[in-house]
Amino acid sequence: MMSLSEQNASAAGVKLAAEARNITKRFGRTVALNDVGIEIHDGESHALVGRNGAGKSTLVSILTGLQAPDSGEVTFGGVAAPTLSDRDGWRHNVACVYQRSTIMPALSVAENLFINRQGRTLISWSRMRRQAAELLESFDVNVDVTLPASDLTVEQRQLVEIARALSAGARFIILDEPTAQLDGPAIERLFERMRTLQDNGITFLFISHHLEEIYEVCQKVTVYRDARHILTAPVSELGRAELVDAMTGEPGGLHVPGAASRAAVDAKTPVALELRELSGDAFHDVSLKVRTGEVIGFAGSASSGKHQIAETIYGLRRPSAGEVLVNDRKVKPGSVPDALRNKIGCVPRDRHHQGLVLGLTIAENAAMTVLAKLGPFGTVPPGQLALVGSKAIESYDIVASGPDQPVSDLSGGNQQKVVMARALADDPSVLVLINPTAGVDVKSKESLLGVVDRVARDGSAVVVISDELDDLRVCDRVLVLFHGEVAHEFGRDWTDQDLVAAIEGVTEQ
Amino acid sequence: MTKMITPDTVAVPASNRRPQLRLARFRDLALVPAIIVLIVIGALISPDFLTVDNLTNVLQQQSALALLVLAEAMILITGKFDLSLESTIGFAPVLAIALVEPASAHGLGTQWPEWMAIPLCLLIGAAIGAFNGLLILKFQLSAFIVTLGMLITVRGLHVGVSGGSSLFQLPQSFMYLGFEKWFGLAASVWIALIAFVIGIVVLSYFRQGRSLYAIGGNVDAAKAAGIRTDAVVWTVLIIGGILAALAGILETGRLGAIGANMGEGMIFTVFAAAVIGGISLNGGKGTLFGALCGVLMLGLIQNLLTIMRVDGHWFGAINGVIILIALVLSRVTSGKAQE
Repeated sequence: MMSLSEQNASAAGVKLAAEARNITKRFGRTVALNDVGIEIHDGESHALVGRNGAGKSTLVSILTGLQAPDSGEVTFGGVAAPTLSDRDGWRHNVACVYQRSTIMPALSVAENLFINRQGRTLISWSRMRRQAAELLESFDVNVDVTLPASDLTVEQRQLVEIARALSAGARFIILDEPTAQLDGPAIERLFERMRTLQDNGITFLFISHHLEEIYEVCQKVTVYRDARHILTAPVSELGRAELVDAMTGEPGGLHVPGAASRAAVDAKTPVALELRELSGDAFHDVSLKVRTGEVIGFAGSASSGKHQIAETIYGLRRPSAGEVLVNDRKVKPGSVPDALRNKIGCVPRDRHHQGLVLGLTIAENAAMTVLAKLGPFGTVPPGQLALVGSKAIESYDIVASGPDQPVSDLSGGNQQKVVMARALADDPSVLVLINPTAGVDVKSKESLLGVVDRVARDGSAVVVISDELDDLRVCDRVLVLFHGEVAHEFGRDWTDQDLVAAIEGVTEQ
Repeated sequence: MTKMITPDTVAVPASNRRPQLRLARFRDLALVPAIIVLIVIGALISPDFLTVDNLTNVLQQQSALALLVLAEAMILITGKFDLSLESTIGFAPVLAIALVEPASAHGLGTQWPEWMAIPLCLLIGAAIGAFNGLLILKFQLSAFIVTLGMLITVRGLHVGVSGGSSLFQLPQSFMYLGFEKWFGLAASVWIALIAFVIGIVVLSYFRQGRSLYAIGGNVDAAKAAGIRTDAVVWTVLIIGGILAALAGILETGRLGAIGANMGEGMIFTVFAAAVIGGISLNGGKGTLFGALCGVLMLGLIQNLLTIMRVDGHWFGAINGVIILIALVLSRVTSGKAQE
């Protein structure tokens, strides 16, 4: 491990695209950044990693001029950063593609590209559209500029945001978890584009929870932990285990329970979940038996239909044909209440939209699916409610001040644990997990996957839908979907290469 | 500058490339056929309908409402709310009159020169808008509840200053805009029309106007793009107050007096006209032309009901049903759920 000062020494003479020195930032009593720094050399792709709460987002908002540090300084190309009110000055130095979209959905792509730069006098719409089309063409982004931005895919939106940043003159671009919502091929295209831009002298700060991506696209990596700078090193000199150690502060890397530690499921075990020739949105004719204690994984690209299958099982979508059976009883199609009655639990795709009511407390969120069963005659006794909350905190290892804390105060990993607690509140016999570890840090990931393993041992059937290979290691079988059909089936002994090849459809050709 | 960067190895799937009929663009014109249908129906029902007198009458009756809708539409586009406009329309003229008239005519005793009545009135409107802005932007209160409080307060001030009675003794200058005709059309109609034309041009062809949409669509993104969002919203709220005060002057001139309940209940019609015209209550969507069409449609319906001699007691119910139908129709034609 190299310290920052050693880095400073070795970096002497190299031009820095951006630098932050001795930054400290407090929010009330929490220290978000404690005397940290980062040096981003001209023309490199620099990764910034750390667990949730490590201070990455705060650093991004300081580097983009949205917040002022309490102490410390930011420079771009050796020149001190402009004042916070000088937005134009910041825009020439740095641009950020945030996790949250900075697109105005109702406005056209063209206007989004030139927002607040439409000119001083009368706007010429035809000229703006032409310039927008030329701009996007120069980046090889194939989008109709007259479309409202809300029609764009996530991938197209990011490209438009990158193009907007570059056209404003910024040569240093921060990508804040750009891959979180993209599927495999789109991620590859993004990386390809990053490399091309890098060849043209653009500097990137790349933030991601997927460590593999860092090895693929970055040259340097900086690790933050608990608001402190831990290390900065060339990616090629840092092993994966070391990187994870630096992030978690514990040696040993990611401990994900594997399926092999559980007893094998044989054909005599009763079937908990059965799909009979199920067809629906974006998938067709899927038949499957999941036995109690078995964990099944669904993998595939974003367009493979894997989310749709999961949402159909839970009743969020209505199948067009076929049926879902739980313990040999038919589940009413397209009905979440009936899925709950049949003891199907679900961690939905997006915890912010479908998983949690952010303003409510941990207890209220965790008990949401069992509210009717807490007290006599459907009453909700506060004591019972608090009990569900504190049990959830205890069993799922949620870091919180108590069951009365609103979930909006929790970190992403802990929020996801609350979603998990809610899915498990009614002791489901079938558990459907969609992207269960999306956007959570390494520790939370371990703990969430540990819960999956535990639930399977306790005799539930589990279906895991995920893009992350780590999530699939816990599975007894992994089904790979391709264009809505099961293309491959793996047992417990798949390799990363085989699975990824199957997901990308490489083996099809 | 960006020309050199031409990655040729990658291409994004061109799923959205298909040339398609852009429904969104016609959305603004969605009410035009409805207005034409109303005019045809009117012409068939009564020979009195399609006369210059009647139609200019409709326009004049709607001019004050139109100004309020213009103000509300701009405020809604920035993602804010102003309920207090309906109180401003009455209070701004009342206070302005009270400051210039003698105590015998409900004056406050200041007796400032009469020519000051109109500037004072507009200034009062601006002050109410600025005060709303202070509470909403600096104290970070919800626009809905702030302006609801202001609606009640300003209405109360109106009643307090006027002593609960209608004011009939008004300076000539104050009445002028409301009943004078320019080129054969009521001055108030010209004023509303000019205000709308200015609004449409600014909101379609000026950076400052487009920033309203940016703020309403995604305020963080607007900030990141360098738009001074607070300053813009504040300006819009102040302009809204001024337009409401101007509407008060026009309405005063048209009626020849300031009623103790002038403007009461008007805000519901204002919102209905704006939403029917395609303005989103969530901000960032809709055009002023659409809002204008919303006003005209409601005005024509009102006029038709009068001409058909429908019992006035039923107007409220009929108006409400028509507003609901219009909303359902606009939901169906736009194809998107109304948030």
